[in-house]
Amino acid sequence: MRIEVRNLSKAFSGVPVVRDVSFTVEEGQLVALLGPSGGGKSTILRIVAGLEDPDAGSVTLGDRRVERVPARERGIGFVFQHYALFPHMTVADNIGFGLKVRKQPPGEVARRVEEMIALVGLQGLGERYPHELSGGQRQRVALARALAPSPRVLLLDEPFGAVDAKVRHDLRTWLRRLHDNVGVTSVFVTHDQSEALEIADRVIIVHHGRIEQNDTPEGIWRGPANAFVAEFVGATNRIAGRVAGDEIDAGFLRHPRPAGLEDGAPVLVLARPAEVMLHPVGEDESPARVHRISFVGHSMKVEVEVPGHGTLTAEIPPAVVRAKELVPGRPVRVTLSAAQIFPSDTTPPGTITTAARRQGRLSSLFSRLRRARA
Amino acid sequence: MKLGGRLGKLLNAPGFHRPALRSLALGYLLILVILPAGGLVWSALAHGPVVFWRHVVQPEALAALRLTFVVATATALLSALLGTVAAFAMTRFRIPGRGVLDAVVDLPFVVPTAVGGLMVFALYAPSGPLAGATSALGLQILYAKPGIVLALMFVTFPFTIRAVQPLIEGLDLAVEEAAATLGATRGQTFRWIVWPSIARGVATGALLSFARALGEFGTIVIVSGNLPYKTKVASVYIYGEVESGRPESAAAVSLVLVLLSAGLLLLSDRVLHRRRRGRRVPVVETGSLGAAAEGRR
Repeated sequence: MRIEVRNLSKAFSGVPVVRDVSFTVEEGQLVALLGPSGGGKSTILRIVAGLEDPDAGSVTLGDRRVERVPARERGIGFVFQHYALFPHMTVADNIGFGLKVRKQPPGEVARRVEEMIALVGLQGLGERYPHELSGGQRQRVALARALAPSPRVLLLDEPFGAVDAKVRHDLRTWLRRLHDNVGVTSVFVTHDQSEALEIADRVIIVHHGRIEQNDTPEGIWRGPANAFVAEFVGATNRIAGRVAGDEIDAGFLRHPRPAGLEDGAPVLVLARPAEVMLHPVGEDESPARVHRISFVGHSMKVEVEVPGHGTLTAEIPPAVVRAKELVPGRPVRVTLSAAQIFPSDTTPPGTITTAARRQGRLSSLFSRLRRARA
Repeated sequence: MKLGGRLGKLLNAPGFHRPALRSLALGYLLILVILPAGGLVWSALAHGPVVFWRHVVQPEALAALRLTFVVATATALLSALLGTVAAFAMTRFRIPGRGVLDAVVDLPFVVPTAVGGLMVFALYAPSGPLAGATSALGLQILYAKPGIVLALMFVTFPFTIRAVQPLIEGLDLAVEEAAATLGATRGQTFRWIVWPSIARGVATGALLSFARALGEFGTIVIVSGNLPYKTKVASVYIYGEVESGRPESAAAVSLVLVLLSAGLLLLSDRVLHRRRRGRRVPVVETGSLGAAAEGRR
């Protein structure tokens, strides 16, 4: 069922958390709300579910306005970050709860529970209690419980937030396959960009309570709407520069100038580590020096120090590192195979920062504090 | 723990602690609990079971025991109900001055029981602030069962709240939200989700209140008027019998109270434990909110 959110706003004790948010989820889509913790995405999801009241704006499910309808009458399924299973009920009772409270006949409940247990692959565990299950199994129970009453919309709040990395990876592909089988319109919240880009049909990036971009995963990856989005999806090198003729001049680095920028305008150049290219040069040809090389699995992480500017991070295949004889202390010239360039106003040319990452960590700390206080 | 000298060496010697502690605990139990209880049994049964029984079924004794049982039951039920409601209000709603309120809950623990009785008495006495209202409604509070129950509820007020409060704080709000998204009404959520998690606390509160009400003396002696057959409870009756030089009669009624309390204690232990084993009540999972509540405590 189609979900339409219009001009949604919400503040908690005077602090705006959601600001004038509008988006549409088409029937049958799997959409990700992606953003740093504390950005308001969970609140948006909870408003759609009816667990929070919006201060302003509308929520339409299908063709019914629901923002004043209680959660239990919205026909949604909700999966909570920490599962929120009923601790004193068996797996089967958990899954059957939504049918039982709707006064379905016991035979029908039992049939549907069996069906759901098979759907999520938990055969033989129906009589277990939640505390006897692993994290991944609990998450499957939570999903089966949400799906059992045949909701028209499925909402998932950080569905893989509480399981370990390996299980997390398996669960996300499994969720995509499940979505394709069941076909229920779904929205999930995540702060993990790889998770969102991998399984969602569309990704809505939320930051400071606003939508920064609403696009397909590829659209977001290739054409981030602004510096925040670019950084959030991996462009962690931030270099301030200035438009100079056909190029962008960032002091130690030059890059072709994109269309639509005035000469002399200050810009921000954002590049993913894999887009940073290093070329060994003679001692006086470049100020940049390889600082440290570390192994990160499929590639090597090379940190490059640019005196007076900061540190850049490059990701380079091990074979290339060997071929170019990159070793700590080696002078290198830096080029970018690709970059995202945005107009900027403040930062002096050449400065490299990683401010957004630090900010992200801080805001997640704040949101944790807020939750602890609530 | 470092003790100097020979005594210290002796106390710190390996193998000394356990037997020493054990005999200390046993000795303590013996001197302070078992001996007095034995003394009671001895004096109640000194003239044989027939005499004991005659003392118990004396009309005035029987009336006192019956009254005690009735007011204790009423107190336990009311205290459990209102205490649970109060515990919910205190944990779930943002009440201004919650800290003060939380401290006030424990007041009945520290106020001398006679003072507690006096509070109730002062409130409903003919010259008290509520005398007009109660007489207009035709309610007899003092020197009647309602007064006794009110006094007992004052004394037992903290029991249920303190037993239920931590359980409510430990509840994961997301679990109740999950029930709502699955279509459950508030009533269904309470019945199926909240109640199973707090039932033991409510039962504990009720049992503690009942036991306390069974033995309460100080508050009741002030508000009840102590009219034989009408408002004289067992503990006051016992006091009266001792004062009147009939210790065997007092001991007989006392023994009945002790047996009642002990039986209740055993029963509650059984019920609560059987449920724990049979239904495998699990360690309640706490999500972020539960963990936060945990931290606050």
